[in-house]
Amino acid sequence: MPASLFSVRRFTVIFSISWLLLMADHAALLYWFGLSVQDAVIDSVVSNVLLLMACLLVMNTIRYYVPGINQYMNVFCMCILLTIVWVVITKWLLSGAIDGDTYPAFLRKSLVIRGSIGFLVMGILTMVAIIWFNWQEQQKSEERKSDAERLAREAELFKLRQQLQPHFLFNSLNSINALIGIRPQEARKMVQQLSDFLRGTIKKEETQWVTLKEEMAYLQLYLDIEKVRFGNRLDTLIESDEESLEMKLPALLLQPIVENAIKFGLYDTIGATVIRITTSKQDGQLVISVCNPYDPETSTPRQGTGFGLKSVQRRLYLLFARSDLLSTEAKNDIFTTTVRIPDLPGGHRLS
Amino acid sequence: MNKVLIIDDEPLARSIVKEYLQQYPELDLVAECGDGFEGLKAIQQLQPSLIFLDIQMPKINGFEMLELVDNAPAVIFTTAFDEFAIKAFEAHAIDYLLKPFNQERFDKAIAKWKEQHSRQVVAKTDDLLETASLSPSQNQRVVVKNGSKIKIIPVHDIYYLEAADDYVKIHTSEGYFLKNKTMSHFEQALDQQQFVRAHRSYIVNIQHITRIDPYEKDNHVAVLRSGHKVPVSRGGYGKLKLVLGL
Repeated sequence: MPASLFSVRRFTVIFSISWLLLMADHAALLYWFGLSVQDAVIDSVVSNVLLLMACLLVMNTIRYYVPGINQYMNVFCMCILLTIVWVVITKWLLSGAIDGDTYPAFLRKSLVIRGSIGFLVMGILTMVAIIWFNWQEQQKSEERKSDAERLAREAELFKLRQQLQPHFLFNSLNSINALIGIRPQEARKMVQQLSDFLRGTIKKEETQWVTLKEEMAYLQLYLDIEKVRFGNRLDTLIESDEESLEMKLPALLLQPIVENAIKFGLYDTIGATVIRITTSKQDGQLVISVCNPYDPETSTPRQGTGFGLKSVQRRLYLLFARSDLLSTEAKNDIFTTTVRIPDLPGGHRLS
Repeated sequence: MNKVLIIDDEPLARSIVKEYLQQYPELDLVAECGDGFEGLKAIQQLQPSLIFLDIQMPKINGFEMLELVDNAPAVIFTTAFDEFAIKAFEAHAIDYLLKPFNQERFDKAIAKWKEQHSRQVVAKTDDLLETASLSPSQNQRVVVKNGSKIKIIPVHDIYYLEAADDYVKIHTSEGYFLKNKTMSHFEQALDQQQFVRAHRSYIVNIQHITRIDPYEKDNHVAVLRSGHKVPVSRGGYGKLKLVLGL
C-alpha cells in the first residue's frame, strides 16, 4: 500500500513540525514572562518531551485498540489521568533542573495553566488519532470487501463458464463418436476443432483483450462444431467490415452471445436456422450484432435475457461500469443481441 | 418384430443409435425424428414399443412430448448432461444413456428393456412424467393438446386453474384448456410464489389478481384483471395474504 505509507510519512512530518512549534511557542512565552533564555528552553523541552511521551502512549493505545462509541469516556478519563501524572512528573523534574529565586513560585502558579494546556493538546491529538485510525480501519475493511467481491466475481464467472461447457462438450463428443463409425476423416477434423476451441477457452483470461479478428476465428471454431452437431439445420452468415476486424474487445465475450442465439434459434424453431453476425465500427465503437429467428408465440420473454446473456452483461459492467452496452431487440420474429465495445484509451488496450 | 423410434434433434446423435441398433435384427427402426412434434406424430402412427428420446429438443422437450402421448411406449433416454433428469430417471425410466455412450452400455440398456418387455412389465412412464415434470423448464410453460393441435402456454399467461373431475381446466386469455393432471400436481410443479391454491378446486396466478373482495361469511373472492372471479376459501385467504405480503 504505497499510498497509505506516504500518508503515514506525511502525518509524521506534520506531527513533528507541530510539536517543534509548540515547544518554540512555549519557550517564547516563558521568555516573555521574564525567564532567562536557558531556563525557558529547559522548561519547554522537559515539559513538551514528557507531554509528547504521554501523547504517544495514548495514540499507540488507540492505534491497537480503536475505542468503540461507548468507550470514549474511558479515553477521556485516561487523558485526565495522564495529564495529572504528566504535571506531577514535570513539576518534580523542573524543580530539580532549574534553580532560581522566583522560579519555584512561578512553577507552582503556572501548574493549572500547564495542566489545562497539556490536557487540550492531548485531547485534540487523541481526537485526531481516533479519526485517523478509524478511517484507516474503514479503508482496510473496504479493501477486504472489494477483494472478497472480486474473488466471488471470478468464482462466479468460472462457475458460469463451467456450467455452460459440459452440455456442449458431451454432445460434441457424442457427434465425434458417431462420425468415427461413418466418416472417420470428419471425426478427426472435429477432434482438432474441439481441441483448438477448448485450448482457446483455457488459455484466454477473462481480462485479456484481443482483436475482433482473433475472436472471430475462435468463434468460427465454435460455429463449425455446432454445424457438425446440428447438420443442415444451422447456417451462419457473417458480415464484418475491414475496419472493425482490427478493433479490440475482451476475450471470449462473443461466444456466450452466439451460444445463446443458437440455443434460442434452434430450440425455438423447427427447420433451418440462420444465425447472422454483423460487426462494424460506429462512432469509434465496435458494434457487434447477433440475430436469430424465434417464435413469438411460444417463447417466454424471460428466455431472451437468459443465462448466457446475463453473464455477458455482468462482465461488461465489471469492465466498463456501464450497463447499457448490451441490448436486445425482438422484431419481426428476429431476435437481435447487440454489443457495443467502447474504445478505451490506454489501460486495457495496451495489454 | 419390435418397432423402435429415435427422437433426437442432432443427426449424428441419431446415427450413433442407429449404428448400435444394427446388432439387433429383431428391432426394427421404423422412424427417426428431429423434434418433439415429429416424434409425437410418429409414435401415434407407428405405435413403437421402444423409443430413444433426447430431452433438449426444439419447441417442446422430451418430457413435454411424452406427456402428450396416450399410452406412452417404453423410453430409453439419451442425454448429454442434465443432473436433474438423471435423478428422475433413476427411479422410473427403463434406462438413460449419457452421451457419449459405447455399444456395451447401449447393449445393457437394451437388455434391461428386453427383460422388462418379456415380463410384460407395464412401462412406468406415468410415474416418470410425474417426477420429470418438476424439472425447471416445466415451471415456465405448460404443454397441452387441443384437438390435434399442440398448445404451449407460458405460465405467466395462465389466469387460474380449476379442478374438473379427472382434468384440470387451465384458464387463459384464449379460453381454457384441459390437462389430464391433478390439482396437487400443479400446486407442486408451479412456482408457489406466483400460483396459490386459493381453494380446494382453484389455483390462482397472483399476478392477475386486481382485488380480493369479501364474499358471504368467512369467504372471499379474488377478482382478476380479466374480470374472472375465483373463489377463495378461508385457508386460501391466509395463503394469499402471506404470498402478497399483507
